[in-house]
Amino acid sequence: MSTRLSNRAKGEMKLGWLLSAPAVIILLAVTGYPILQAVYYSFFNYRLTDPDNRFVNWGHNYLVILTDPLWWQTIWVTLLLTVVTVAVELVLGFALALVMLNALKSVRPWVRTAILIPYGIITVVAAFSWKYAFDLGTGFVGTWLSMPGFDWFGDFWSSFLVICAAEIWKTTPFISLLLLSGLAQIPGDMLEAATVDGATWWQRMSKVIIPNMKAAIMVALLFRTLDAFRVFDSVFVMTAGAQDTATVSFLTYNQSIGQLQLGMGSALSVLLFLSVALICLIFIKIFKVDLAQARGE
Amino acid sequence: MSGRRHTIWWIVISLVVAVYALFPVLWIVSLSLKSAGDVANRKFWPTTVDWSNYELIFTGAAKDLFLPALVNSIGICLIATLIAVVLATLTAYAVARLDFPGKKFILTMALAVSIFPVISLVTPLFRIWSAIGLYDTWVGLIIPYLSLTLPISIWTLAAFFRQIPWELEQAAQVDGATSFQAFRKVIVPLAAPGVFTTAIIAFFIAWNDFVYGISLTSTSAARPVPAALSFFTGASQFEEPAGAISAAAIVVTVPIIIIVLLFQRQIVSGLTSGAVKG
Amino acid sequence: MSVIELKNIVKRYGDGYPAINDVSLDIAEGEFVILVGPSGSGKSTLLRMIVGLEDITDGELRIDKELINDAAPRERNLAMVFQNYALYPHLSVAENIAFPLMLTKGQYSKAEIDERVNRAATLLELGDHLDRKPANLSGGQRQRVAMGRAIVRDANAFLFDEPLSNLDAKLRIQMRTEISRMQRNLAVTTVYVTHDQTEAMTLGDKVAVLKKGVLQQYASPQELYDEPVNLFVGGFIGSPPMNFLPVENVDGALHSPFGTFSLPEARSAKLREAPRYLVAGIRPEDFHDAAALDEAKRASGALLTAEVDVTEWLGNEVYAYLPFEAAPEIRKALEELDRDLDGEGTRTQVVAALDPSTAVAEGDEVQLWFDPAKVMVFDPETGENLTRDPENAQRLAEASEAARRRALDRAREQQQRA
Repeated sequence: MSTRLSNRAKGEMKLGWLLSAPAVIILLAVTGYPILQAVYYSFFNYRLTDPDNRFVNWGHNYLVILTDPLWWQTIWVTLLLTVVTVAVELVLGFALALVMLNALKSVRPWVRTAILIPYGIITVVAAFSWKYAFDLGTGFVGTWLSMPGFDWFGDFWSSFLVICAAEIWKTTPFISLLLLSGLAQIPGDMLEAATVDGATWWQRMSKVIIPNMKAAIMVALLFRTLDAFRVFDSVFVMTAGAQDTATVSFLTYNQSIGQLQLGMGSALSVLLFLSVALICLIFIKIFKVDLAQARGE
Repeated sequence: MSGRRHTIWWIVISLVVAVYALFPVLWIVSLSLKSAGDVANRKFWPTTVDWSNYELIFTGAAKDLFLPALVNSIGICLIATLIAVVLATLTAYAVARLDFPGKKFILTMALAVSIFPVISLVTPLFRIWSAIGLYDTWVGLIIPYLSLTLPISIWTLAAFFRQIPWELEQAAQVDGATSFQAFRKVIVPLAAPGVFTTAIIAFFIAWNDFVYGISLTSTSAARPVPAALSFFTGASQFEEPAGAISAAAIVVTVPIIIIVLLFQRQIVSGLTSGAVKG
Repeated sequence: MSVIELKNIVKRYGDGYPAINDVSLDIAEGEFVILVGPSGSGKSTLLRMIVGLEDITDGELRIDKELINDAAPRERNLAMVFQNYALYPHLSVAENIAFPLMLTKGQYSKAEIDERVNRAATLLELGDHLDRKPANLSGGQRQRVAMGRAIVRDANAFLFDEPLSNLDAKLRIQMRTEISRMQRNLAVTTVYVTHDQTEAMTLGDKVAVLKKGVLQQYASPQELYDEPVNLFVGGFIGSPPMNFLPVENVDGALHSPFGTFSLPEARSAKLREAPRYLVAGIRPEDFHDAAALDEAKRASGALLTAEVDVTEWLGNEVYAYLPFEAAPEIRKALEELDRDLDGEGTRTQVVAALDPSTAVAEGDEVQLWFDPAKVMVFDPETGENLTRDPENAQRLAEASEAARRRALDRAREQQQRA
């Protein structure tokens, strides 16, 4: 009889893998294989326009990158951008989530629809909108702020500010939806109990709501941090890396696709990949983010 | 009294949120309706509504840049979405419904792929595609788009499928249904909304892509709209690209707004039930 | 209307532990059989094995003599009402009820399906809701739709899996009566799973009491109540449950914490060879306040003296709670029994259901009178009821079977007339 049971389990396993196989194979093929290729070519001196001059230079690419101030500059910009945007998004997203949860029933669907529009809009389109709003040639912001001669894209801090604004506008809705689902899961009677126990609005928020949303907040934070760290589209459209606003992704793109330095570009790709993996590890190990639990399994 | 003030207060807050969400969109609409003389006037509203930017991209000088890109975007994104949703449906069914070793591995792998830095893949893909002739082709974009759409589709659908009351399948069998009848008459109608929502989210993600679009194409053979937009700037045929870019941007934003208007409830439930990233 | 036979049925899961162990039941044509037991008794598993949703590891399952161990659910032609109703949310009430008929591929014409659905809907008072979706129905209406789906077809038997457990108390009693009436009228063989002994007692022609996958007793409600085979059945059947009093058996005299008594000669035959420490079972309703009885009556029975801890006044009776200290030799057996019965603490109190005219108040010392002929005595090790009277049990079984046949014949007559 036990053989019959194990046959059944075997059949289920077979079916499970049969159904999953196409997706798993594609995912491995489009990520696993290329990243191995990248690791391989990162040890080459390899420029696509000069294929005859291809040779193994071992760790030379990494040495060049890690001793180049430009690399550290892009890391600094990327980290700064990540910290600033994610911090603002978290606060703003929480506020938006509260609005969506508490807005009048009649307007709630409209608030949600409005919030979904930045989420759905193409990042590049958003970037163009913000760029033209501030641009010296077309922008109304200069006129409105009575500083018509100010070139927003003329120095680092103002360019950085506009890039941050565009990123925050585009991605806050997503974070607010994740926080909303966390908020919605807090039982109403728990808040009523806190009210009866004499908690003020602020105490309910800080002592009851936020601690109970920790999982949702951490997951939102992790995904947004990883996303922000990979920022590329906005920088490409708005400054193309000018005024030292290049991010790690932009630098990598410039090396490999722009200048066809495949060896160097591959090394940068590997370093970018490792940075993202490191962030992920920090979140999971230090902040103990349990993804499976946060997903409500 | 306080109830009334409360109502007004919430209406004001909701309006602020709406302005926040719509202002940049409104600005791009306004910019796209400015005449060539207006574009650089540095004012929010156009002096007169002028459709010449739309003429430019549909029938004028920019049409060879824009129209093929629009066709590419629509075609590539629809195909990538279709493939992703079909494959993800199979995988999510297995993950949600069957008990087999490796389930956790599949979900973890999908998660890992979704946080993969796209730029890291672009360099090797660029080389491989050049070598095997997929560079600047539809297939050459559809395949990497699957790396964007498949993971989130698997997670979202697995979350949806877990909520399906599967004992209905057994109820149908007791009612006299064959396994296939139980699947077709009971499970498919219950699963369809989840699959549809997943398709919307996957389409948004593919539609939003810029990195692959700009790195793995070089001509209008496969270049999608987001990548093409940045080429408007370099085009020398016309003076002010801002108006034309805005018009093109509006054309690709309208479908998004329509979908959001029609399906906001489903999108929210999809994003919050199993979403991994936006 | 079919005969269902279970012979030495076994269900074993991957870990080898038998969820159902060697259960045999004969279910007669038109009979209403209840599978009852606490959680983990295997009652639902057994039902799902009958309907074909669980594999049968060992044994034989027959419907009308035909072996159907390996038949698919659809080949068994059994109708089932699920605990959560299992209504199809995308179908209307009418479509839900018609669903089994639609699946038969042309066996029923469109007109016939409509007619049957309407007849079922009228019977269940669902006529006004036929176009609504299940999400818009109340709990009781959902329950009716689930029953409609069962009665609309000509099923061999009805199977119910705790159908009333999601309803509130008042509706539960109403639906219980309706199920009972419907089963009588249709005279369909019915197997009904519940954990509620009241449902079991009120609905069943026969009740199968299960504990940890093992059949304890399969008998009419009255036989279960009067002649339980063991401690478990005695404790499970009856509300409030039977009191278990630890007694020390000294030459036929039973010493309890509240006093000493002895059984009539006819019932104490087995006590002579019985162990020293035993459990006496006395039902709460068999206790009376001795103060209200005349001298002759008092002398005819036995008396216990105890202090009242808590009283509960219910209108038609008063529950008096009397705590006691169990001897260590017996405490373990009582604790284990309580766990088997889904209890939490140990049963170290006695409940007496007294006449509301009693003057007993909390803190009083009370004298409780009872008829020793109604006391059951159990062996704490084996659980065996040492005072069971097989002849009486036989009489009760025959009487219940005769009553059932009469009811069945009446129902058939009525059906033929209609």
